Amino acid sequence: MFADLPLLSLLIWVPIFGGLIVLAVGDKDPWGARPIALIVTVLTFLLSIPLYTGFDTGTAAMQFTETANWIEAFNIRYALGVDGISMPLIILTSVIMIIIVLAGWKVITHRVSQYMAAFLIMQGLINGVFASLDAILFYVYWEAMLIPMFLIIGIWGGPNRVYATIKFFLYTFLGSVFMLVALIYLYFKAGSFDILAFHAVQLSLQEQILIFIAFLLAFAVKVPMWPVHTWLPDAHVEAPTGGSVILAAIMLKVGGYGFLRFSLPITPDASHELDWLIIGMSLIAIAYIGFVALAQQDMKKLIAYSSIAHMGFVTLGFFISFSIFASTGSYEGSALAMEGGMVQMISHGFISAAMFLCVGVMYDRMHSRMINDYGGVVNTMPIFAAFMVFFAMANAGLPGTSGFVGEFMVILASFKANFWIAFVAATTLILGAAYTLWMVKRVLFGEVANDKVAALTDLDGREFFILGTLAFAVLLFGVWPDPLVDVMHVTIDNLLQHIAQSKL
Amino acid sequence: MTNSFTMPDFALASPEIFLLTMACVVLIADLFINDDNRVLTYVLAQLSLLGTLIVTLAVAPAEATYTFSGTYVSDPMGTILKSVIYLVIAMVFLYSRGYLKDRDIFKGEYYVLGLFGVLGMMIMVSAHNFLTIYLGLELLSLSVYAMVAFHKDSLQASEAAMKYFILGAIASGMLLYGMSMFYGATGTLDITELATAIEGKDSNDIVLIFGLVFVVVGLAFKLGAVPFHMWIPDVYHGAPTSVTMYISSAPKIAGFALFMRLLVEGMGDLHAGWQDMLVILAVLSLAVGNIIALAQTNLKRMLAYSTISHVGFILLGILAGTNAGYSASMFYIITYAVTAMAGFALIIILSRRDSEADNLSDLKGLSRRSPWIAFMMLLLMFSMTGVPPTVGFYAKLLVLQAIINVDMVWLAGVAVGFSVIGAFYYLRVIKLMFFDDVENDSPLKVPAEMNIAFSMNSLAVLFVGLFPGALIAMCAAVFV
Repeated sequence: MFADLPLLSLLIWVPIFGGLIVLAVGDKDPWGARPIALIVTVLTFLLSIPLYTGFDTGTAAMQFTETANWIEAFNIRYALGVDGISMPLIILTSVIMIIIVLAGWKVITHRVSQYMAAFLIMQGLINGVFASLDAILFYVYWEAMLIPMFLIIGIWGGPNRVYATIKFFLYTFLGSVFMLVALIYLYFKAGSFDILAFHAVQLSLQEQILIFIAFLLAFAVKVPMWPVHTWLPDAHVEAPTGGSVILAAIMLKVGGYGFLRFSLPITPDASHELDWLIIGMSLIAIAYIGFVALAQQDMKKLIAYSSIAHMGFVTLGFFISFSIFASTGSYEGSALAMEGGMVQMISHGFISAAMFLCVGVMYDRMHSRMINDYGGVVNTMPIFAAFMVFFAMANAGLPGTSGFVGEFMVILASFKANFWIAFVAATTLILGAAYTLWMVKRVLFGEVANDKVAALTDLDGREFFILGTLAFAVLLFGVWPDPLVDVMHVTIDNLLQHIAQSKL
Repeated sequence: MTNSFTMPDFALASPEIFLLTMACVVLIADLFINDDNRVLTYVLAQLSLLGTLIVTLAVAPAEATYTFSGTYVSDPMGTILKSVIYLVIAMVFLYSRGYLKDRDIFKGEYYVLGLFGVLGMMIMVSAHNFLTIYLGLELLSLSVYAMVAFHKDSLQASEAAMKYFILGAIASGMLLYGMSMFYGATGTLDITELATAIEGKDSNDIVLIFGLVFVVVGLAFKLGAVPFHMWIPDVYHGAPTSVTMYISSAPKIAGFALFMRLLVEGMGDLHAGWQDMLVILAVLSLAVGNIIALAQTNLKRMLAYSTISHVGFILLGILAGTNAGYSASMFYIITYAVTAMAGFALIIILSRRDSEADNLSDLKGLSRRSPWIAFMMLLLMFSMTGVPPTVGFYAKLLVLQAIINVDMVWLAGVAVGFSVIGAFYYLRVIKLMFFDDVENDSPLKVPAEMNIAFSMNSLAVLFVGLFPGALIAMCAAVFV
């Protein structure tokens, strides 16, 4: 029934047009925009289900493809398709979006329709990024995504929002323009903007290194990797809860996706040559940023830094493959690392979203994000406290939660490459537990700190539903990651075989 | 050149002849129209432009055709550029009407001068001889000098006109001097013959290079490339906004045509010579334009510096020296003219009879006063930044493509680097409109025709951004 529909186009354009409708409805009826936004996100989620059920896990080829001419003079096509890497990310986006709309249900009180519209349009653009098979189409979505995010932080953010949002925009813009130059260069090499044609193009090592660096600028800023991570804590702190959720859960994944779709397959030799750089940056992110997180007083900042540390596992998993291959001579270890990175991306999407929502729940009641303003919340909000402890455990990588699976896979694989890399990576198990649980201890447990805390009310139905859904997902993928790993397995194997062949 | 006289083909030049006639008609008719019915002059001017467009399209030849002993050329590039010029000027007239009325300068002269300026641009576009090029350039310049000084009670405008006149005269002198060098070296004023005469000549020939320097300097002055840009901020700032809008849009298109006729068609064989000069001009324009714009507090001056930086991009396309580069520049200049015009239109929309709303702080909280207008301006700003899905992205994309294709990747890197710096001041405009609190929260009253024109203009920026294929193909078809 769904096979004939242009599913990917619908996933891109239903939210965008839905956003425009919400915008047109406006705020005259204060409740008008919310239900429409919810309907659109639910509809988009339903549309994303056949993507999973109809997905053929036996092939690495692009599926659900659509192609149309767009700018004929330069052979730029409207080409869409998904494989095992992009499909789970699209579904993650669909789920997270429903949660974002619900999270902003009561909290956002001014310019509601514009808020909802910005998120819906953003959803369409993000789906476009994941589904594009044409480099210019990809770039258009990639850049256009900045516009709603810029507005979301700037309009609905905290006191220092303008600084944060302009910093965010300029950092990401700087990263992407050099990618554009690289993409145009590849166009002249490959004769078209087809991303899959880019994969096959032959490049000398010097060309590869320059292109790799251009891509790295774009993707490292998005991930974000140390040392270009500094926009993230600012953006997170100032963004409204929904903005933080989309940043952590999805925007960061776009960077990781870029490495898999562009850097590794297009410039395998440069990736091999420079993998020490990425591994080094990832390890610094994991260990050093872990310490930075430990020192934070602001809960959102703490989670933002923990996001950077967790994303370090993603990049580590992607780029350690070369060392594993060199030391063991087989794909298996490499596949474990790369799949670990992917699992980590999805799992971090759920966990970081949940953590930011937990902070949001408290912020809505107390209007403070400072750890010192809290204490003994468990006495007044027991249900909430249970959720938060659970997500904190997941964030720290407790076995049985999805946070464990990805990190464990990456660490396990790293051992095959080099003991010390694995050793440094494994410090996260201590550091992650330290900063997360210490925060939980100070915020949730102990005596009731002040009158405000004493007056807190526990979760309402809406909040319970949001956190419950995320808790279910975190637990599900923690004990049974197979549905996730199965869909990406063939694609990742194919990618590994591709990058193992030198282009020189 | 043959000495016998052949009857020129007047039909090819009929758009110019028609507009000249109409401009004279408007001039005379205006004498008999009293102030209450001044709108008739406006209508007549608009009809003249419409008529000229129809004539232009009707007589447009499919390929380059020369007449008047080779001093005039009509070709597809000219047809497209001229059509865009009419369209842009018609929009400028439309935007200006209320503005002029509010300031009691709603006079027929504005339209007469405006039409003569268009005539000058048309001649610049179609000129194929040093003399006709100079004729068109001066016709445009003199009309524009007068227009800048048009608001005679405004000291600022008079000062701007004076600066413009003096610097413009110097630039014209430079250009003429350069042309005389070429005449001395080759003995011809005709572009085609010039191209033949310097064919195969060494690009280090001292006389030719000497002349080339002066020609490039003159052109750079007119287009406003650094270091010959000094007049732009002052003139943009000082002139009445309706005139700034005029200067900033269509004349740039004609200036592009001048580059094409002189440098590409006439001195194509000296490409190696002028390419290096343009590289310097382009990089400086990108740097100075983008960096100084950061420090501006006046919207008109900010847009002036932004123009300078965009000129840098246009020069990049030209200096690539390939057909792809020329068509990229053409696409850039057309879309930029349309975008810039709308930017100045916003100032007109915000201005009141007693106050020019040309300070950046006047934009504060615009999204509260009029969300729609603010959103349209947001599109324009993102287009100037070069963020998709607006048309400014494709303009930059095509130019970058062209220079990367001629192995000047470093130059592309420089260009995008400065674009990032430039992004800041465009973002600041958006910040003022959307993130800042309102100082003056009176709802914005926008006349319906302004609202429609501004919205169409801005939505065109978005629409061409979503479906740029047709315009790209059109620009590419000109250079084959």
